Order: sequence, then structure tokens, then C-alpha cells
Amino acid sequence: MSQVLSISNLKADVAGQEILKGLTLEVPQGEVHAIMGPNGSGKSTLAKVLAGHGDYEVTGGEVSMNGEDLLGMEIDERSRAGFFLAFQYPLEIPGVSIANFIRAARQARLGKGDELDAVAFYKEMYGKMDELKIDRSFTGRSVNEGFSGGEKKRLEILQMMMLEPKYAVLDETDSGLDIDALKIVADGVNAMRSPERGFLVITHYQRLLDYIVPDVVHVLYQGEIIKTGGKELALELEEKGYDWVIKEFEDQQVAVDV
Amino acid sequence: MSQDTATAAAVNIDQDAGDFRFPEDYAYDAGTGLSEKTVEYISGVKNEEKWILDFRKKALKIFEGKPLPTHWASKDLENIIFNDIRYYLAKGQQPTRSWDEVPDDVKETFERLGIPEKERKFLAGVEAQFDSEAAYSNVKVELEKEGVIFVNSTEGLREHPEIFRKWFGKVIPTGDNKYSALNSAVFSGGSFIYVPPGVKVKHPLQAYFRINAENFGQFERTLIIVDEGAEVTYMEGCTAPKFETATLHSAVVELVAMPHAKIQYITVQNWSANVFNLVTKRAVAYENAEVRWIDCNIGSRLTMKYPGVVMKGRKARGEVISIALANDGQHQDTGAKMVHAADETTSNVISKSISVGTGRSTYRGMVHIPKHLKGCRNNTECDALLINSNSRTDTYPAITVKGNQHVTQHEASVSQVSEEQIFYMKQRGLNEAEAMSLSVNGFVNDLVREFPMEYSVELKRLIDLEMENSVG
Repeated sequence: MSQVLSISNLKADVAGQEILKGLTLEVPQGEVHAIMGPNGSGKSTLAKVLAGHGDYEVTGGEVSMNGEDLLGMEIDERSRAGFFLAFQYPLEIPGVSIANFIRAARQARLGKGDELDAVAFYKEMYGKMDELKIDRSFTGRSVNEGFSGGEKKRLEILQMMMLEPKYAVLDETDSGLDIDALKIVADGVNAMRSPERGFLVITHYQRLLDYIVPDVVHVLYQGEIIKTGGKELALELEEKGYDWVIKEFEDQQVAVDV
Repeated sequence: MSQDTATAAAVNIDQDAGDFRFPEDYAYDAGTGLSEKTVEYISGVKNEEKWILDFRKKALKIFEGKPLPTHWASKDLENIIFNDIRYYLAKGQQPTRSWDEVPDDVKETFERLGIPEKERKFLAGVEAQFDSEAAYSNVKVELEKEGVIFVNSTEGLREHPEIFRKWFGKVIPTGDNKYSALNSAVFSGGSFIYVPPGVKVKHPLQAYFRINAENFGQFERTLIIVDEGAEVTYMEGCTAPKFETATLHSAVVELVAMPHAKIQYITVQNWSANVFNLVTKRAVAYENAEVRWIDCNIGSRLTMKYPGVVMKGRKARGEVISIALANDGQHQDTGAKMVHAADETTSNVISKSISVGTGRSTYRGMVHIPKHLKGCRNNTECDALLINSNSRTDTYPAITVKGNQHVTQHEASVSQVSEEQIFYMKQRGLNEAEAMSLSVNGFVNDLVREFPMEYSVELKRLIDLEMENSVG
């Protein structure tokens, strides 16, 4: 079985408008891919479609995760099968403590009748919180309630670390982070890099990629991947903007049409 | 009539009804319908004194004369057919002090509900009522030596008339409402507790009310008197199997907190969806006494319950903390009544309701502070949580504060579990029921902390079950 997150000719609508128009890319396990692109190109839509958000309708294409049909699964099944999305705007859940939330998520991965070992769980979580410089007192706070932008993003990474996904999509995890928080988040992601895990890092800015160095960079424009390159592509985009890539793509299209 | 009716009932029983229940096998059965004969039958079985029979008969007249309160409450009340209900069912034996002597089916019922285990673990006394009468009743010997009385109300009336009669029907007069009158006519079972001056009962006393028979009405009557400076925590749990037809539960609970006494009354009820649960609960608190009602209403078809505290002595305190969960097709009509009748009295009402699917929650609160008093305080908070757009929630606060030497505060909020929150939780691997359950538990979390640990665990489990059912 191929150990890859494979997105093939994916098309998706929101409110009747087509946003993804035949997107194809592959993230093999062990690699970090970045998706960059101008505003409105469909970056966040891709993240939500992969997670199974109900507002988006898949109208064509396929997504498989290590050979399993991802689009055929419920939202929670995708998660338990090893798909993780770090949200751009994490939600508040009043009254539910971080510890209880993560614990419930871990419990959901156990078989019926199996109980999570609470002592081992806390030990593990405290260790990871220390890595992410999250104060241990946070375990008792309600999920994301009253958190700063940076705290929310660090909590996303903590959840990712605790759930150990096979593939993680980070949706603009760098937005709203100052440089110190960015480094901490990047360190967390880097610590998670492994031959058994793939990452898709969605970002608007090159800055994050200084810290999470990608193996491959894709440019998303109007719902399609229009260019793929190495990590140096990100630097080039930072320097020259997107216009040249778009132009290159449009010229190609014209050539094809002719 | 008893033996024949009991046999007939046992033959007609619907074995396909859901949940678990046992075939009916009753030595005493007042039959179907309500008349003076029914009242005489119940009183006769219990071998009651004449004043009690007279009390019952008078109550029946009051019940018959009172209209249904449908001008302010749910029209669903019209669907209770009083003549289709059986008012008294008993196996005809005295409650025992040993589980070994409890009839097998009854014992198994309570074992499946975990009662004997809880008793061993953390309770100071237990009473277990099966339909009309207690099957088991026990209180720790140490407490008995200190003069604590914890028996069922039938026994309380017989053995301790000097205390019972003094307070019986005084906190809640027969004519308080139609259902308190009904209870006064046909009451059976319930707890009678007396705690002597200065005795602080450390562990909770628990009563468990179980309905086993269909078309049955359970009318327990509880009276708790806590003497000067004494303290007690009482907990009641209620369940019934799922029946095809409506079942009625209509209790009357009276609490008396003498000066400096403290009473904490905790209810965790999980009625099945066909039970009409119409309960009158009220306490009187004398000087510097404190009464707390902690009330969790899960299940039932319609619950109407507004625990109250009449603060009669200076510095008396009353509190109602309530959690109501209205699932599909259910209506939780709950609230609180706080009557300030002395200076410097304080009341606190915190109500949280959850409406799921077509479930409906109503909060009714009455706070009364008359003009001639000084230094009274009331705080009322009611929060509602809606899960999906069909849900309905209403708040009817009636706060009458006269005079200008009081402090009152009222806050209300309505919030909703959003699709985005559910999506977020599902993305972490929780299914729909688990996600809803987590939100609901989060919403009531701060109140649940007020509970003894064992009960907060049970409440969480009940919420999980309800959410599982609501997702289907």
C-alpha cells in the first residue's frame, strides 16, 4: 500500500460556487509540503474539504490516505484514521477543560471497554506542554476560551502531538503569531517530523517556512496547483510575489488551448 | 379484590416493553381509577389512624375541586387520565434492614441500579422504594444511637406521630396546587427523617424511587426535620423503565430547617420519556438556617417542579441549583420559589437548562421580598443551552421586590452549541454524541462541582446516555 496522502483532481463547491477546480498533489509520509498562494486561492477550503466540513461539497476527484478513501469517511472517522487539521481559527468550548478535551479525543481512539491510563496520560501531556512552553495550569482552563492567538495555536500543536496523526494539515498556523510563538510552534512541528508522518503546511507567508523547512512547495491559484518546486520556491515567491508564477501558468494554458 | 386484580394485572403485562422490569406480582392493588374507595383502600392497607384518613379524604375533595393549571402551564397536563392510573401497588411486606430479605426481583432491580454498592461505599443510610412502598430501609447504627430517624413515611407516621403530625402538611398545604392535593389524598412511601439538635450527619442519606408497573402513579411523601444546629444531606434518585403508556409521579417533599440547621437535598432523576413528573418541594428555614436544593432533571415527558424555600428566620439562606435536560419530545418546566419572610435573608438561584432536538426547557422563578423587610438579597442566574435549531427555551422570572433596602440581581443567557464547535470536536475524533455530551457537560460543569463526587460521575454518565439516544 502506498504510504501517501494523495489528492487527485479534487473539485469542491461552497454555496454553489466552485472553489477547488481539479487540485492534484501527493504528500508522501516523511515529507513536509507547503502550500502557498494569494488570498482567495482556495487554501483554507482545501483544509476544510480534507477534514470533511459540511459547508463544502465535493463534486469530483479523490483523496486517499495510505490507500484508504478519505472522502468516504465521516469527519470523526478521518480523525481516528490519522488525519489532523490544525485550525486557522480554533473554536472555544466553554466549560470543557483542555485535559478533558484531549482525554476524550484519546479515549475515542481506544476500543470499547478500554480505559485510558490517566496517570500515564497526564505525564505524557505535561511533558509535551513543557516542550511547547504551555503552563501546566492550562490543563484546567476551558478549551481556547479567552486564549490569545498564540496560545490557541500552541494548543493546536499540543493536540496534534497528543493525537499523533499520520498526516497533519496546518492551516495558516503562523497567522497571529509573534516571532517567539512562531519558533515554539515550529519546534513542536519539527519534533513531530518523522518517516511515518506527512505534513501539509498552508501559509500565506514565507516566514514560517524559515522554521519549518519544507521538502516541497506548491503554489495554489484559483483552486489548482499551478507550480511545484523545492524549498527555494518559497524564497522566490517571497522576493518576487505571485504574479510571475501566475503569468507563467497562464501562458502555459494559452499554449495548451492553442 | 386485591388478589384477583393482582393476578389479572400479572397476566396482562406487556413483556415486550423496553428496558428491564419484572412481571407484576402485587399482594395489594388499589385497582384503576380514583375515588373515595381508593383512598379508603390505601388507608386501610396501611392501618392508618382516623385523622390520616380524614386528611386524605379532605385532600381528595380539594383535588377534585381544583382545575388543571393549564392557564399558565403546559396543555399536555390534559393528557393525564386520572381514571386510568393505578394508585397503590405493594407486595405487602415491611421494608427490611437487610438486602437478603428483599424479594429477589426487587433486590435485583436495585442491584442493577447500583444502590447496595453505593450504600457500602459512602452512604449513611438508604431507603429503596419499589412502586408504592419501601422494600429496604436502613440507617447506620451510630446514627440511630444519636437519635437520627430515617424511615419510610408510612412507618414514620405510625412510629413517630408526635414529630410527624406537627409538621406534616404545614410547609406545603394540601391545597397548594392540584397535584399536592392529589398526593395528599393517595400518598404512600417517601422518607421521614428527623435529625436531633446538634447532630451533624457526615455521610449522605439516600432514597431511591423506582417505578416498575405500568399505568402507575407514584406518590411518595417526604418530610425532613433537622433540629437546631443539626445538618444532613439527603439524596434521591428516581428511575422507571420505558412504558407504552403514561406514568405519573407526583411527590410532595417538605423540609424544616430549625435555627442554625443545614439541609442539602440532592435529586438526580432519570425518568423514562413517558413519566409525568409533577412534584411540589418546599422548605422552611428558621433563623440562620440554610437549605440548598440541588436538582437534576433528566428524562420524563413533562416535569413541573419549582423547589422553594420560605425564609422565616433572620439571616436564613435558601438556594436552588438546578440542571434540566430536555431531550426530543420532552418538556422540563422547572425553576425556584424564594419567599423572603424575615430580615437579612439571602437566596440564590442558579438554573441551567439544555434543550436538545424538539426538547423544551422552561424556567419559572418567583422571588418575593416584601416591603417591611430589611437587608434581603437575591441572586438569580439562568442560562440555557440550545443544541440544534428546533429547541425551545423560555424564561419567566417573577421577582417582586418591595421596599428599597434589598439587593437583587438577575442574569439570564442563552447560548448554542454551534455547528463549527461540533466540527472542531469531531475533527479530534469524537463522534456526534460524544461532542454534544462534552459540550453539555462543559455547560453544567461549574454546577456539577457542587455535587458529591459519586453523583457528579453518575450525572455525567446520564448526560452521555441521553446524548447517545438523541443522536440515535
